Amino acid sequence: MAKQLLKGNDAVVKGAILAGCRAYYGYPITPASEIAEAAALYFPRVGGTFLQAESEIGAINMVYGASSAGIRSMTASSSPGISLKMEGVSYLVGAELPCVIVDIVRGGPGLGNIAPEQGDYFQIVKGGGHGNYRVPVLAPNSVQEMCDLTMLGFEIADRYRTPVFIMADGFTGQMMEPCEFPEPREDVPDKPWAVGPDASRIDNLVSSIYLDPDDLEGHVEKLRKKAEEIETNETRFEEYRLDDAEHVVIGYGIVSRILKSAVDMAREQGIKVGLLRPISLFPFPKAPIRKLAERVRDFLVVELSTGQMVEDVRLTLEGARPVRFYGRTGGNVPKDSELFEQIRKLQEEKIHA
Amino acid sequence: MPKEIYAKAESFYVDFERKTGPDKISTHYCPGCGHGNLHKMIAETLDEFGVRDKTIFVWPVGCSVFGYYYFHTGNVQVAHGRAPAVATGIKRAHPDSIVLVYQGDGDLAGIGGNEILQAANRGENITVFFVNNAIYGMTGGQMAPTTLPGMKTTTTPLGRTRENEGLPIRVVELLSALEAPTYLERVSLTDAKQMNRARRAVRKAIQAQVEGKGFTLVEALAPCPTGWKIAPTDSRDWIHEQMEPLFPLGAKKDVLEHVESIPGEPRPFVADGMGEKLDILASSVTQARKGTLKEEDYANPRIKVAGFGGQGILLLGVAFSECGMQAGYEVSWLPSYGPEMRGGTANCHVRISDPKIGSPMVEESDVLIAMNRPSLEKFEPDVRPGGLLLLDSSLIDIEPQRDDVTILKIPATKIADDIGTTKCANMVMMGAYIERTGILDLESVIEALPSYIKRKKTIPMNQQAIAKGAEYVREHF
Amino acid sequence: MTEVRKPRAKPRGTVEIRVDECKGCGYCIVECPQKVLVLAKGFNRMGYHPSEYLGDGCTGCGICFYACPEPGAILVRKLEPVS
Repeated sequence: MAKQLLKGNDAVVKGAILAGCRAYYGYPITPASEIAEAAALYFPRVGGTFLQAESEIGAINMVYGASSAGIRSMTASSSPGISLKMEGVSYLVGAELPCVIVDIVRGGPGLGNIAPEQGDYFQIVKGGGHGNYRVPVLAPNSVQEMCDLTMLGFEIADRYRTPVFIMADGFTGQMMEPCEFPEPREDVPDKPWAVGPDASRIDNLVSSIYLDPDDLEGHVEKLRKKAEEIETNETRFEEYRLDDAEHVVIGYGIVSRILKSAVDMAREQGIKVGLLRPISLFPFPKAPIRKLAERVRDFLVVELSTGQMVEDVRLTLEGARPVRFYGRTGGNVPKDSELFEQIRKLQEEKIHA
Repeated sequence: MPKEIYAKAESFYVDFERKTGPDKISTHYCPGCGHGNLHKMIAETLDEFGVRDKTIFVWPVGCSVFGYYYFHTGNVQVAHGRAPAVATGIKRAHPDSIVLVYQGDGDLAGIGGNEILQAANRGENITVFFVNNAIYGMTGGQMAPTTLPGMKTTTTPLGRTRENEGLPIRVVELLSALEAPTYLERVSLTDAKQMNRARRAVRKAIQAQVEGKGFTLVEALAPCPTGWKIAPTDSRDWIHEQMEPLFPLGAKKDVLEHVESIPGEPRPFVADGMGEKLDILASSVTQARKGTLKEEDYANPRIKVAGFGGQGILLLGVAFSECGMQAGYEVSWLPSYGPEMRGGTANCHVRISDPKIGSPMVEESDVLIAMNRPSLEKFEPDVRPGGLLLLDSSLIDIEPQRDDVTILKIPATKIADDIGTTKCANMVMMGAYIERTGILDLESVIEALPSYIKRKKTIPMNQQAIAKGAEYVREHF
Repeated sequence: MTEVRKPRAKPRGTVEIRVDECKGCGYCIVECPQKVLVLAKGFNRMGYHPSEYLGDGCTGCGICFYACPEPGAILVRKLEPVS
């Protein structure tokens, strides 16, 4: 397949179809609407379903239906819409239904604005819906990854029978970059547990009810073990110029791109700083962060929020190293010079210490 | 419909093994509850049409949440009110299945009001059974959307009033206002005569789906002796006397005879021809190539393009990126988005680079292409000392403030107008920039134009614009 | 308890009540055109007085089957016509 210049939001849709996704149910919302628009164009071309649902609630439940029926399905939205989907997410997890949900995060709370933010970290990574659960969350930072991680999302979803979130931001969705598309999946995994139109499936039940407390505890324990297995197998992160680093900056999504530029600027000034970028937000890359703590001075976490992922960094470090935080909100994206300044402050603290 | 034998339908499980507790032979429903009667009618119809094996039930929240204890079919249990949406997802995945939706009054007419309305309006090829017993049974007798005026429930201890709770919702009448549903009938699970009518309605509704005749719904007025706190045998009188006057029986819509039969076909998974279907085939158009840089300083430019909306600002950025990519550079394009859109200017950030690109944002620019005065005023301070500033001198009537950057005044709009349309002023600028820096091979960029400008009619003019922009730079700077 | 009456029609069918599936709602008794069903004096496993066939007079019409909410509590058979 050829390399193509396209928007992150479009790459999500093409990647999903190449991964064998054949059902898209969604509801328009800026800045995620291009995903629905591209889906409306491409899903029917490949014999799939696109339907603009009556609401986010309708959309996530249509995904629940499609997933129950054993086909790869997805939805996408932006923060306020994701809030609405959370009931469905809890049911999907409870019934162990795989699917991919894309969140092109925008500013909140409330109507907020349509500009990029990362204020959905808690909502997505920590739950959002009711009950005990964790879902894998992947955070792309380029158009190529919007395609690749969406495709990976479907694999993880089926492997563990779980919804998977793709958490991106308005910039990653709106920007254009070259993307190289892999070959399409020729088939998708058979799902013997799904309901379907033949006698082999009539004993199948898709449900999240466990009336008996011991049964439910058993089910919750199964989900917990699944999350543990996901932590073992699906932790993903990227390291950049960390070899001799004294300071570590941590950021995900679009922030990690700006941090890369800021790290380069700092390196030019002789500041020994490197970047650790979580690609999976759940599972959170605890091990590499703990390992870095053995040899670096301090950490700086940068987010488009008032500080959400930073809590996971602090929990991971358990006070082993100082953690500084720098956040912007409201749709303001820090400039590379601004982040360079934050890195320089780390260096200054070191000199004064 | 006289039979030789009236016995438990085969679409039921022989034993209800999924049911909790020791009793695996009777239902969990209270004595005299109407759910069981409706279950039996549905089960015998599935037997009759021989469609049990391809039937998928969607169960609601409410007393019938455990319908999957009984039906030996595919079963899906869903969130409160969402059954029609879930059924939509199932039916579209397996159009050859029979998807039955079973909902109570709180589920369908309360929390799921929009889901049922929209599924009905889309004419989903599903069958909905709506059990109306005017009360929330499972949660202990609270008010339902169909609770009668004056009726006492645990949440209307003094009786439902028009002033506070409004009047009951008549679902079949409401849905019959829609064009798409093909069959909507209200029945009553009471005496032998009404039971017979109910059986016929259930049969008709399922047959409609077997034949692919769109959305059907049967509303069943059903006794809830426990919730109503009366004896089962009295509950049937109560339906006759209290419910039927408010919820008139009969078909409110029936156009099945006039509807085309389109039975659902299986949807096999197809994965061929993806390149073509997804528009990701290799282009047959000539690709842009790298040029010879005229100065080292022009390498890896961070470009900002700005102007009025409608000047093709974003397109110019895309054109740079597309050509850059074709030529083998790393590229990124970021449109004005979010707060940056304030003030009515369109702008985009473009990076063309040999090394991998970090931030796609262009803060300090190496190149500013300013197509109007506000853009010049806004972004001029961000140009790096020694950078390039290209401005459209046909529209910008002020002088730039900077004396530490190279300024190229291009009358782009004038040149474009001479070609035939001011709309190609953006391409004049493209030609000017490429000529000045040599970052791309000019001829190849002109030839590759159909790959980044899709409107065929405008191709020759745009190609001319690039050439003219380059020519202007050659002659004047 | 419903009064035991003599059957009004010749037996053309038979009805079998599965005692432990019956919840004693009484619908079948009310609806039976021949009035050949009654509530038993005894209790079933669930503590209900189940419905009981008098043993004679069923026409096999099936009305009780549909009146009954339980999937398998009632079984009705038509019998060969009595010559």
